Amino acid sequence: MTLLIQGATLPDGSRTDLLIDGGVVAELGSGLSRAGATVIDADGLQALPGLVDLHTHLREPGFEQSETVLSGSRAAAAGGFTAVHAMANTSPVSDTAGVVEQVASLGDQHGYVTVRPIGAVSMGLAGERLSEIGAMAQSRAAVRVFSDDGKCVADALLMRRALEYVKTFGGVIAQHAQEPRLTEGAQLNEGALSSELGLAGWPAVAEEAIIARDVLLAQHVGARLHVCHVSTAGSVEVVRWAKARGILVTAEVTPHHLLLDEQLAAGYDARFKVNPPLRRAEDVLALRAALADGVIDIVATDHAPHPIEAKECAWQEAAFGMVGLESALSVVQAAVVDTGQLTWSDVARVLSSTPAEIGRLSGYDAPFRVGAPAHLTLIDPSVRRPFSIEQLRGKSVNSPYLGRELPGRVVATVHAGVPTVLDGELRPVEEVAARVAD
Amino acid sequence: MTALRHLLSVRDLDREAAVGILDLAEDMADVATRAVPKLPTLRGRTVANLFFEDSTRTRLSFEAAAKRLGADVITVSAKGSSVSKGESLKDTAQTIAAMGIDAVVLRHGASGAARVLADSGWIDAAVVNAGDGTHEHPTQGLLDSYTMRKAVHGEGSRGTDLRGLRVTIVGDILHSRVARSNVWLLQTLGASVHLVGPETLLPQGIDSWPVTSGTDFDAALDEKPDVVMMLRVQSERMLAAYFPNEREYARQWGLDDVRLARLAPDTMVMHPGPMNRGLEISSAAADSARSLVLDQVTNGVSIRMAVLYLMLAGSEQSA
Repeated sequence: MTLLIQGATLPDGSRTDLLIDGGVVAELGSGLSRAGATVIDADGLQALPGLVDLHTHLREPGFEQSETVLSGSRAAAAGGFTAVHAMANTSPVSDTAGVVEQVASLGDQHGYVTVRPIGAVSMGLAGERLSEIGAMAQSRAAVRVFSDDGKCVADALLMRRALEYVKTFGGVIAQHAQEPRLTEGAQLNEGALSSELGLAGWPAVAEEAIIARDVLLAQHVGARLHVCHVSTAGSVEVVRWAKARGILVTAEVTPHHLLLDEQLAAGYDARFKVNPPLRRAEDVLALRAALADGVIDIVATDHAPHPIEAKECAWQEAAFGMVGLESALSVVQAAVVDTGQLTWSDVARVLSSTPAEIGRLSGYDAPFRVGAPAHLTLIDPSVRRPFSIEQLRGKSVNSPYLGRELPGRVVATVHAGVPTVLDGELRPVEEVAARVAD
Repeated sequence: MTALRHLLSVRDLDREAAVGILDLAEDMADVATRAVPKLPTLRGRTVANLFFEDSTRTRLSFEAAAKRLGADVITVSAKGSSVSKGESLKDTAQTIAAMGIDAVVLRHGASGAARVLADSGWIDAAVVNAGDGTHEHPTQGLLDSYTMRKAVHGEGSRGTDLRGLRVTIVGDILHSRVARSNVWLLQTLGASVHLVGPETLLPQGIDSWPVTSGTDFDAALDEKPDVVMMLRVQSERMLAAYFPNEREYARQWGLDDVRLARLAPDTMVMHPGPMNRGLEISSAAADSARSLVLDQVTNGVSIRMAVLYLMLAGSEQSA
């Protein structure tokens, strides 16, 4: 199909029409027209390249009561994403070519976003033996990111071997940095608040010690390391040090760690229970500054859907995690754009081109150029509204933002030339699937 | 005296409210001295003791308190009930609420469980926190303050607080809900608190608490505290490397006979029970004239009567 987007503001601030045809950007300029094209009035809207999430839990196979590839893809599109990397802690675990091919092909069929499976580092996430990393890399899913996320690759030798092994095909290990012995039973950032609440403390050093070890391992074997959900000011300093030494490390921060701090846990509301835990206000500020100065490379959602009963209970019995795809862009706008630390051009970098580069996902390096794949989203940054349950488009509602006023609204999302969101509404499943199949 | 909706944390009580509860407990204690020790003001009301964790003494104390006020009591305890079969807090609470109850006395292994139940809207009943994980045990804090006040002021206790009293609490502060409730309530009532234990069992961030703290029990005793409160040591802490072994713990942080002999004659010795005799407290200390351990138990019933009365006496009866 042909789309004509009129009067959009690009990340660099320039204003243009965009003609999209054959899945690519066909023409740029002002006053474009094309007979039969679907016209989108983008006057006053900010155009961004399609967002790429390097850290999504789609829960399929195995936990379809929380999310499926389809429902998670729709949540992603509603949030302005056109590609997601699906974490490996499914059941069965994504540790074989068969599972990752299945997840990727479900994503292709539905068509809302490109679904890039992440392979497990260790078989069954058990942290003992390497999974079928090569087979997953060579499969139709062409896996490039490997992670035991949810669990840390705690064994130093296994981590070293994994880092070395994925060099073979330009892969990367995405580490969930959590020293397991230091966090047994841990519930909340360790400090005065956890002590008052009587919740077992989760010390910052449990994260920082693993990052320190892993950057040294990456240096030793000359491999690429990605650090998932950095959450402390100390972790930022370790990554800063590693980058200064030329170590090939990249780091992500979640939207929630950019906006929320541990004080929200004071009422034991399990919606605020997440791994890694919400940290101190000064950690939040350090993470924002690190994203602005480039020590932290990207924002990734760690979208973690859970059924209602997993959060309707006492804090220590509740599941860790928050949904985040639908709210990510609004939270980033609130935390770092409206505060003046990031421009929209920076947002395009941290939420699209750099995560694509880390995941070796092509088609995102030069958006808004003639011939580039048409992955983009149009947002209205001037809107402010209370975040409501209607905005959650996945299966789960464990969002920490319900009732909180957030800026920005996704008006349209286009994945490979196919509109997945128009006028702020998801397009129907059959329509998207049919257009993708064309 | 203002009514209580719930009792979840002693931090919800200001000085006036706390002194009010202690004063009402004095009245309740007077009831116990009557020929028929009953004050049937809660006749027709039902109190549910919901114990997800075993605690014979706290459960019996609440039962006695409710019965002396004429209330009916339902007890659901962990062993042999649906609670031990993994039924959730929500389902258990809603099930007993559907039977028509006015108050839930909740003991739960998870910190904040009472707060979650009270805030959830799952049930309408009043909630009393009878110990939540390693967070708080408000009625224990109240009965401890009551016991101290009685020891200091005797018959003239009503209306007084604990201004100037110096209390040293010794042991596993990190995991103790008793210590937390005492720290906040004693501060509210004007006492000063010193916490003593091995560094491993003093919580992170303790410097932001309204207390002083240290690791040297003997140095703390040199300061001649008015109250020495010993906390129970759980043997599983030793396995988790909080301290090397029981002998070393007893030597450093136990109230043994030598330390007992150093106490001033009017120093109060307290322990929330159950005691590990020979570990954190010697038998001589536990049974000495200074020991208020059994007073604490007796006063617990009066405090719990006062709390239940304040929550239920003025409220609408459940259907």
